[in-house]
Amino acid sequence: MYRIVSRYFVDRNAKYLVLLCASTSFIILAAIAIFTLREGLPAFQQVGLFDFIFGTEWRPTLDKFGIAPMIVGSLAVTFGAMILAIPLGVGCAVLLAEVAPAKVRRFLRPAVELLVGIPSVVYGLVGILLVVPTIRQIAGTGYSVAAGALVLMAMVLPTVISISEDSIRAVPRIYKEGSLALGATHWQTIWHVMIPAARSGIVASIILGIGRAIGEAMAMIMVIGNAVQIPTSPLDSTRTLAGGIAVEIAYAGGLHENALFAIGVVLFILIMIINSFALIAMRRGRERT
Amino acid sequence: MHAKATHRLAMALIWGSGFITVLILFLIIGYVLARGLPGIGFDFLFSAPKGGLSGEGGISTTIVATIYLIALTVAILIIPGIGAAIYLSEYAKDNWLTRLIRYGVETLAGVPSIVLGLFGFVLFVTALHFRFSLLSGALTLVCLLLPTFIRTSEEALKAVPRGHREAALALGSTKWQAILHVVLPAALPGIITGFILCIGRIVGETACLYVTMGGSAAMPTSLLSGGRTLSLHLFYLAMETNAFEKAMATGAVLIIIVLIINTITNWISYRFQARMHGGA
Repeated sequence: MYRIVSRYFVDRNAKYLVLLCASTSFIILAAIAIFTLREGLPAFQQVGLFDFIFGTEWRPTLDKFGIAPMIVGSLAVTFGAMILAIPLGVGCAVLLAEVAPAKVRRFLRPAVELLVGIPSVVYGLVGILLVVPTIRQIAGTGYSVAAGALVLMAMVLPTVISISEDSIRAVPRIYKEGSLALGATHWQTIWHVMIPAARSGIVASIILGIGRAIGEAMAMIMVIGNAVQIPTSPLDSTRTLAGGIAVEIAYAGGLHENALFAIGVVLFILIMIINSFALIAMRRGRERT
Repeated sequence: MHAKATHRLAMALIWGSGFITVLILFLIIGYVLARGLPGIGFDFLFSAPKGGLSGEGGISTTIVATIYLIALTVAILIIPGIGAAIYLSEYAKDNWLTRLIRYGVETLAGVPSIVLGLFGFVLFVTALHFRFSLLSGALTLVCLLLPTFIRTSEEALKAVPRGHREAALALGSTKWQAILHVVLPAALPGIITGFILCIGRIVGETACLYVTMGGSAAMPTSLLSGGRTLSLHLFYLAMETNAFEKAMATGAVLIIIVLIINTITNWISYRFQARMHGGA
């Protein structure tokens, strides 16, 4: 009798236990928002929101905190990385989803997965020893936007490839068969039918890639030189938002530390916006197919 | 004729992009292994790093710190992770609460590692007085890994055929008994794959640990002692010393670990798929 009562008791309460587990993600998210905002708020108040975001001078010793150079730096490396990663990634996704025979696919997919697994510091190290010296031969020190973009490109490539591939795969077979039956070549079918039908997923993959690129800190500070300046050429050194936090957090105190948390808040909000765009794009894609 | 020429050119570009992707991978792995493998020896693996700016010594303490951190993070992650996956796969109805939970998981997955590091720094290092330590690092990592782990576990649970649950319920078990004794064991290979993927990310992670673990090169002796993982060690070597050969050797160790982890996960998911398809 005792055992029967007990297992129903367990059954009734287990639901609430797992609900509590499921809520942790949301609780953590709220805690992140509250804690970083609380630490960052003094910087926003003292510097002023407008001056903080649009100010071009970052001199912690003089209490000058303008993050415009880092915003431009982040955008520059991300833009460079995506320009390279989008054609390469979408091309690779088409290869995996449509063109390659099973044998090639069985080799290529693990290769893409392996790119995800390589630690970001290893990307950074290869950047320092291989990419930076190559760029140095053209001009400057080599620690540059171009080096950052090349390293980031390799890092976001898997994101673009795997999500684009999934969305091309999700296009109904009849679309393809209909197009081929009308006499279109395989490429015409891919370009005029498959890619437009998979558009939302491809867009989502690009947006998620951008999110990943903006959030990367360690590999970036290893290869872009970290000078706080608005880059005027791909060969200039610059600093990113995420990198800016990592470079100075070890020794910052007082208002300087608050300012770094304020950068964290800006980054957090930026990523939230980017990811909601990606979610919208993905949801739209799912509704259509 | 025009369409055929375009077709050929396009196919060449598509194959080219696949070729370049593989080339990038081989370039990175080949370069690190070629320059790093000669530096790996018994001495390198089993002696402690000298620390400071010399960059001399081995990586023994960083291997120990990495293993401790993995064990600690996985131990904390297991209950909330699997619990959340069970809720989302077995209990969640399509209502506002579920949407809120899913929003939390999806958004948390996108928060940059360095921002999580800042969070870990205020909450665990400062407010809770865990100092720069393994414990602070592990708790921060749990926040980072929770979304991915929930997602892989949820997929593993959902892949278990309905018949398993119905059979258990028909035999008189409660829903919870069915989940615990039937669904969960059947989903185990998928959940283990999720764990191994988490281990891979712990090994490769730096940004959030850089802010929460302090980076001491000494051997960790308790939960509250600081430390540096292999990846953090590589970062310090590359940024603060000129010991690039040591950094390369550390990088080669990391690459080998990543290769092993990928082989294991591929093997498990291959076996799992074969069983699910063969058994049904």
